Amino acid sequence: MQVDLRILRYDPERDAGPYWAEYRVESGPMERVLDLLHTVKWEQDGTLTFRRSCAHGVCGSDAMLINGRNRLACKIRVDQLGRRISVAPLPGLPVVKDLVVDMEGFFAKYRSVKPYLVNDTPPPVRERLQSPEARARYDDTTKCILCAACTTSCPSFWAQKSYVGPAAIVNAHRFVFDSRDEAAQERLEILADKDGVWRCRTVFNCTDACPRGINITQAILEVSAAIVERRT
Amino acid sequence: MAVSPGAARPPISHEFEAVIVGAGGAGLWAALELARAGVRTAVLTKLYPTRSHTGAAQGGVCAALGNLEEDQWEWHMFDTVKGGDYLVDQDGAEVLAREAIERVIELEQMGLPFNRTPDGRIDQRRFGGHTRNFGEGPVRRACFAADRTGHMILQTLYQQCIKHEVTFFDEYHVVDLLVDGGLTGGVIAYRIADGELHVFRSAAVLLATGGNGRMFRVTSNAHTLTGDGMALAYRRGIPLQDMEFYQFHPTGIVGLGILLSEAARGEGGYLLNDRGERFMETYAPRLMELAPRDMVSRAIYMETRAGRGIGGQDFVYLDVRHLGREVIEAKLPDITDFARVYQGVEPLTQPVPVQPTAHYAMGGLPTDIEARVVVDDRGTVLPGLYAAGEAACVSVHGANRLGTNSLVDLLVFGRRAGRSMAEYCRSAAAPEVAADAHEPVRAELEALRTRGVGENPHHIRAELAAAMMDDCGVFRTGDGLRRLVPLVRELKERYKRARVQDAGSIFNTDLLEAHELGYLLDCAEATVASALAREESRGAHFREDHPERDDGDWLKHSLAYRAEGGPRLAYKPVTITRFEPKPRTY
Repeated sequence: MQVDLRILRYDPERDAGPYWAEYRVESGPMERVLDLLHTVKWEQDGTLTFRRSCAHGVCGSDAMLINGRNRLACKIRVDQLGRRISVAPLPGLPVVKDLVVDMEGFFAKYRSVKPYLVNDTPPPVRERLQSPEARARYDDTTKCILCAACTTSCPSFWAQKSYVGPAAIVNAHRFVFDSRDEAAQERLEILADKDGVWRCRTVFNCTDACPRGINITQAILEVSAAIVERRT
Repeated sequence: MAVSPGAARPPISHEFEAVIVGAGGAGLWAALELARAGVRTAVLTKLYPTRSHTGAAQGGVCAALGNLEEDQWEWHMFDTVKGGDYLVDQDGAEVLAREAIERVIELEQMGLPFNRTPDGRIDQRRFGGHTRNFGEGPVRRACFAADRTGHMILQTLYQQCIKHEVTFFDEYHVVDLLVDGGLTGGVIAYRIADGELHVFRSAAVLLATGGNGRMFRVTSNAHTLTGDGMALAYRRGIPLQDMEFYQFHPTGIVGLGILLSEAARGEGGYLLNDRGERFMETYAPRLMELAPRDMVSRAIYMETRAGRGIGGQDFVYLDVRHLGREVIEAKLPDITDFARVYQGVEPLTQPVPVQPTAHYAMGGLPTDIEARVVVDDRGTVLPGLYAAGEAACVSVHGANRLGTNSLVDLLVFGRRAGRSMAEYCRSAAAPEVAADAHEPVRAELEALRTRGVGENPHHIRAELAAAMMDDCGVFRTGDGLRRLVPLVRELKERYKRARVQDAGSIFNTDLLEAHELGYLLDCAEATVASALAREESRGAHFREDHPERDDGDWLKHSLAYRAEGGPRLAYKPVTITRFEPKPRTY
C-alpha cells in the first residue's frame, strides 16, 4: 500500500527553520516506520537524517515523535498507524538536524544520579547472594535503554528543562531498590532536589511512551516514597 | 548546497596514552582496566556506548560455575574446541573457559542483575553445544539475566566506566588507523556532529569495533556493524584471519533476520518441520535442538530444500508453547515481544516461523592471548595495536562459535586487552604523527561528498548483501564463490565512483553510510577469497563441492592480506594442547 509520510525536517546549514516535507512510500503492513525512513533515505532523498542502529528495539537510537507519540521507529508498524504517518524529532531537546536531537543534556542527567552499583564492602570470593524476590524488586527498571522517549514526553520536562526527568529517575530506582547497593541515601538526596522527583505531576506520558513497557510513573512514585520514608 | 566550513581547516589534535575504538563489552572492559591502572585513555564510538550491539545479546554467558549441577572449566574448553570443529587455538580456549568464571563473578560484583536460584546464586541454563563430561549431554552453564543478558552486561560496564570517569568521545566515526615505521600511532576520527576531522595520537590502540554482518542481506546485526576495525587494519597491511568462517544463527525472524535467542531452545523449545517432526533427531540425535549453530542452520536448509519447510517455504517453526506461560514470560520475555511485534505471532499459542540469519564473524584481526595483534604466521606482534571481541580472532571460536561464547570472549579478552595496553603504555610513548597524515582520508571523504555525479552507494551495498547471502551463506560452492570474486571487485570499482546526496557537514549520515560501505567491501573481499581457497567443509564453512573436513590439508588458519588485484592468502598452524581433532558428532 501507499503511505503518505510527513517528516519535520530542518538542516541548519540550509534551512531558515523547520518545515514539513511529504513523501509517498510503498509499504507492506508489517513494515516499521524505520523501514519507511530507510526507503526515503536510500531511494528518494539521501539527505534525510536520523539515528538508528539495532533496528529491533534494544539499542534506543531511533526514538522520535510518530503520529503524536514518542516511539521507536523500529518498533512501530505501518498497520498500527495507518496510511498517513507523521514523524518529528523528540520534543523538548535541541534539534541537530532533521530527526536527530542533541542527547548530551539527557545523558548528563543520567550520569548525575550515580547510575552504578556502590558497595564498598569487600566482596566474597563468589557472587554476592540475592534472593529471587530481591532481584525481582528492581527488575522493571533494569530494562531501560536510555532512548529518551519518556523524558521528552513529559510536560514537566518541557516546562522546566532543568528537571532531571523520568529516565534518570528510572535508573536511580534500579539501584535504590537493589539489595546489594549502599548508596541509596546519596541518590535520594540528589532526587529530593528541586529538579528531582517532586516535579513529576503523574501525567503518565512517560509510562505510555516507554518502548520497553517500564511502569515509569510507578517507579517515580516509589522513589518519592523512599525519600519521604527516610526523612521521617 | 552549503560548502563544508571545515573543509580546509587543520584537524583537531588530541593526545592520549591509549585509544579504544568501540564501546561494546570488549572496549568498555578494556577501558575499565586502563582507568584502574591510571592510563590516560579515550574511548571513541560512532554511537553512544549504550547503543552498542553487545546490548542485543540475549541468552546468556557461559561459565562453569556449577551452581545447579556439576561443571568444570575443562568441559567448557572441550565444548568450545569441538564446537569450533577443532580450528580453535586451544591455548586461547583454555584461557576463555578458565577466566569465564572469574569474569562472571566480577560482573555480578559490579552489579549485574543476574537471574537467581532459590538460594540466591546466579541461575544457569542449557545452551547449544555446552555439555557435561566431554559431550555426554547438555549442562546448565549459561548465566543469564532473562533474555537480555547482553543489555545488562553493556549497561553494567558502562555504569562502571561512569563511576571510574572514563573519557568518551561519543559519535566519532574512526576513518583511519595510524601505523608508521612498524609502530601504532593512533587513529583519525570524523566527528559526526560537525564533520570535523580529529587526530588522536596514542601509543596503544584497541580495535573493538564488533562484526561485519551487514555484508549479508538477512542478518541479526545492527545497521552499524560494518567491519570498521577489521577494514581499517586490513588497509594498513594487517591480515584478516579465518574470514571464511561466518556464523548463521538458526533462528532468525523470517525476512528480517532479528534474532530469537537460542535460550528458547535452551529452555526446551522445539524446531519443527512441515510434518510436525522434530527434525534435529535426524542430524544430532543426542543434543537435538541444542546442537551447535552451524549444524542446526544446515539442518533447517536441508529440510526446506527437501520440501519440508512450512507450507513448502524456506522456513521452519520454533515452538515454545509447551513451556507454558510462566517460563516464557519469566525467562524469554524479550524474544516473545519480538515475535509479537515483528511477525504478529503469539508464541504462547502459535509456533514462530524462523530461518537462519547472518550473525557472527568467527574471523577477524589475528591476536595472541594477550589481545596483541599479530601480523604473520610467526607470531610477530605489531607494537601498540590490540583487538578484542568480535573484531578479533584469538582464535577461540575456530570454525564455529558456541552460543554465549561471544560474550565470554569480550569479557575475558576485553579485560586482557586493557591489561596488556596498560603494561605497554608504561614504557611506550605516542609516536609523532606527520602533519599531513589526515590528508588521504580527508580526500577520500571529500570525494564521496562532493563528486559531481556518481552512483547511489546504497545500491552497491544492496547488491553486495544479496550476492553474499546467495553465494557465501550457509552453503557454498566453488562455482558460486568464483562468481563472487569478480562481482566484489566490480562493486569496489563502482564504489570508487559513488557519490552521496548530502553534501553538508552537520550529522551527515549519508556520508557515514557510504564510508561504512567501503569497510564492508574490504571485509567481503577477504571473506570470499578465503572461502574460495578452502576446499573442505568445517564448522560454518560448508562447501557442497568439498563436503568433508580435511585435516590433512586444512587444519590451519587462513590469513588474507590486502594486495593489488585481490587478497593474498597465507596460512598458519592451529595450536593444539589437550584435545586431538576427532570427527564431530552430537
